[in-house]
Amino acid sequence: MSANHLAELAQDIVKRALAGGATDAECTISEGEEFGVNVRMRELEKLIEAGSRGAGLRILIGKNTGASYTSDLSREGIELLVKSAIELADITTEDPHAGLPEASELGAIEGDLGLYSADVADLETTVKIDAAKRAEAAALATDPRIFNSEGGGFDTYTGRHIFANSRGFAGEYRSSYCSIDASPVAREGESMERDHWGHAARRFKDLETPEYVGRMAAERALRRLNPVKVETQKVPVVFEPRTARTLLDSVYEAVHGMSIYRHESFLAGKLGEKVAGENVTIVDDGTIPGLFGTSPFDDEGVRSRRTSVIERGVLKNYLLNTYAARKLGMKTTGNASRGLTGNAGIGHGNFYLEKGVQTPEQIVAGVGNGFYVTQLMGFGVNIVTGDYSQGASGLWIRNGELAFAVSEVTIAGNLKEMLMGIEAIGADLEFRGSLAAPTIKIGEMTVAGK
Amino acid sequence: MQFSDSFFAHRFQITRHDLETHLAEALSQGGDYADLYFEYLATSSISIDESMVKSATQGVSMGVGVRVISGERTGYAYSDDLSPEKIKKAARVAACIASGPSKIETFDLNEGAKHNLYPVIIAPTETAFADRVELVKRADRAARAYDPRVFQVQASYVDNLRQVMVATSDGTLSFDRQPLARLSVFATARRDGGDPQRGHAGGGGRVELDFFQTQKTPEYFARESAREAIAMLDAVEAPAGETTVVLGPGWPGVLLHEAVGHGLEADFNRKGVSAFTGRIGQKVASELCTVVDDGTIASRRGSLNVDDEGHATQRNVLIENGVLRGYLQDKLSSRLMGQESTGSGRRESYAHIPMPRMTNTYMLAGESDPDEIVRSVPKGLYCANFGGGQVDITNGNFVFSASESYLIEDGKITRPVRGATLVGNGPEALKYVSMVGHDLKLDEGIGICGKGGQSVPVGLGIPTIKIDRMTVGGTAGGTA
Repeated sequence: MSANHLAELAQDIVKRALAGGATDAECTISEGEEFGVNVRMRELEKLIEAGSRGAGLRILIGKNTGASYTSDLSREGIELLVKSAIELADITTEDPHAGLPEASELGAIEGDLGLYSADVADLETTVKIDAAKRAEAAALATDPRIFNSEGGGFDTYTGRHIFANSRGFAGEYRSSYCSIDASPVAREGESMERDHWGHAARRFKDLETPEYVGRMAAERALRRLNPVKVETQKVPVVFEPRTARTLLDSVYEAVHGMSIYRHESFLAGKLGEKVAGENVTIVDDGTIPGLFGTSPFDDEGVRSRRTSVIERGVLKNYLLNTYAARKLGMKTTGNASRGLTGNAGIGHGNFYLEKGVQTPEQIVAGVGNGFYVTQLMGFGVNIVTGDYSQGASGLWIRNGELAFAVSEVTIAGNLKEMLMGIEAIGADLEFRGSLAAPTIKIGEMTVAGK
Repeated sequence: MQFSDSFFAHRFQITRHDLETHLAEALSQGGDYADLYFEYLATSSISIDESMVKSATQGVSMGVGVRVISGERTGYAYSDDLSPEKIKKAARVAACIASGPSKIETFDLNEGAKHNLYPVIIAPTETAFADRVELVKRADRAARAYDPRVFQVQASYVDNLRQVMVATSDGTLSFDRQPLARLSVFATARRDGGDPQRGHAGGGGRVELDFFQTQKTPEYFARESAREAIAMLDAVEAPAGETTVVLGPGWPGVLLHEAVGHGLEADFNRKGVSAFTGRIGQKVASELCTVVDDGTIASRRGSLNVDDEGHATQRNVLIENGVLRGYLQDKLSSRLMGQESTGSGRRESYAHIPMPRMTNTYMLAGESDPDEIVRSVPKGLYCANFGGGQVDITNGNFVFSASESYLIEDGKITRPVRGATLVGNGPEALKYVSMVGHDLKLDEGIGICGKGGQSVPVGLGIPTIKIDRMTVGGTAGGTA
């Protein structure tokens, strides 16, 4: 189906919904091509290739909502889609805050945001397989202790996202994605450890080389060998960027508008208050060209923007869609996010912690006895209370140097205190996904081990 | 069932001949095996928040996945269009994984063995919305009525009806109709000036809607979630360090899922990357422990009449009296390892390649009295409920996060403690199991397991057990 046809289809679905009794309607259509290859122990292991598409519809009859979705874009499928959404308005409750954005809030960023690159769609299958092979081969060649592998992979996705509503908005954008990764396994004596390194980009030419990815993965696996379970103690904890990013994810959840209006976040009601150290500035920016958190408009047709979340330790803004904004008596921040199903939820753009000045080495050098966390596991983060308790592994810091591997321990604290206790922020901010953070050091957390 | 009566024959005019043609296309470049997985999934969801039904959604997703296996290689393609031309195109793409002359020319497709574990006449998805919306409204009312300190309630109800058909080049043709329903309630409570606390409960299974009227009502789940939120209002800091842990019956079986279940999935062991690789016949748990994975329990969330490769599910013994007995096998790994499939090949949807997965994983009951188990602990932690867990297959380290737990002091359950993550090592942790209760309980039917980017519904269960030594990730000063 041609691109034009899908854009017309979205507007047609909106019209059909209005004709069927809806007073407002919005339709999302997405279409994409996926490709993935895995190699293992230098042999091709898995190849997957397919295209798919689907449509989602949300309608309002007055202040009652109904929603539906389908992967069947035939005439019969579309008729069922419209009928399904409309009949559900009967069972939902009249909600005074429900509704589409005001027409004045609709819009899109003009110009090329660098979300799509033809060099991804044009890649030959042999090039993709070769990249995956080279990444794994580089990992295997790094050290004789790399004795096994969960493989190397290369994935691509190219797609189109279309959105139309009954307030006159119609927009679409294409996007591309490619990624490369390796997961080698290291062994020494009884100790066996696996790690992973990968990189994703919108343009093939921006990807880290297969050799770099493989070597990084191998070095990460090697440094985990022969871990020790340390004694239970309170120490400074340094998060490398990969784990620091998960703390940003917790902050994002805590400023999520839905949690705010329900008072189910430790940051609810704290606007204008100091919630973090003065060195902490956190931004959500959906406008930076080429990044994975960037889009011309959000999933309600509102223009994407830059929102200051925490500025020098003070909570400045929550992330809102139209619904959460109305509940709170505020304006949407253009953070509506949805798949094909249901009502618009909230998502983030490029959500990041602004970088500091120290190198990661300088931060580690400033710790006499502490824990450098390279992996976190579990579901022990409670956004309602801020309680934080996660499985962790990494390296022990002794006299300012990374001394030995540590695993089978937990780190615990409370996010309220952790945000206030960020003692150092690195200069190594890098956008490897839509959440980004440099190395950070938290003054004290409980490490539980022996 | 007559093929002509099957859902896909009826609805999409697919014939037996079509299946044979598509399989032949899939193996046209060679290869050892091919299969077709047809899926038609209808889903509904309803949710309530602030006592308003704010969201109701229904939808359909359908498609076919074509897989070709050649040695250790897998080629996969799928289509969300079930027309013969599109299926043929997918088969041709999947076929590219192999290179050689076509080997298999005729297919004798026969309906294989399967169970009848969920004889549901009218699936919840096929009932009136007016009946289903009442479930979330009742849950909302009951949670708020439980205690005036409950100030937020969100309840959601989700059901789906999945029609599947699997046709394989080794001659299996199977059909299944898989209903599934789940009700979930979150309640948040607050005391004047204090931190709010959240509780959660939910359940369901492959059941008729009547299950929520007669067996586990919305009021039951609502009260459970509100009770947990209220109980946690008095929570003190959790201990930090190694201590004795008693797990209550039911959902805490998530320990087994993480500590041993994933590590026994055959794909990891075939590749030699699991901490359990090469340990069959070895002692990996105390002899009080016998752990099974059973996909054949009637009406359970993790149960299936046939797995997603058309193989009947089984009751598989993973650990017997502490000794490691076997792996969970799908077709690919079992063939490469020279073993039989254990009916454990599962996938999230037609867009996903099957892998060995768990179904309902639990520990058999022991002989101890649960009260006696608690009384035997001078100082420790009693865990009644958990959130999720996670495991690193290769080093065997796992975590699971307690959402409702209590201190044990002088053999008595005393104060509730704040959420804490527990951490252990798979092949070691169960060696410290020193008592197993006679109170085996399966979970309420709410589990979702993620692996390699694919989510599938699973069940869990465990009796009350005592683990002499485990690390608890709290914040309370000093060691526990």
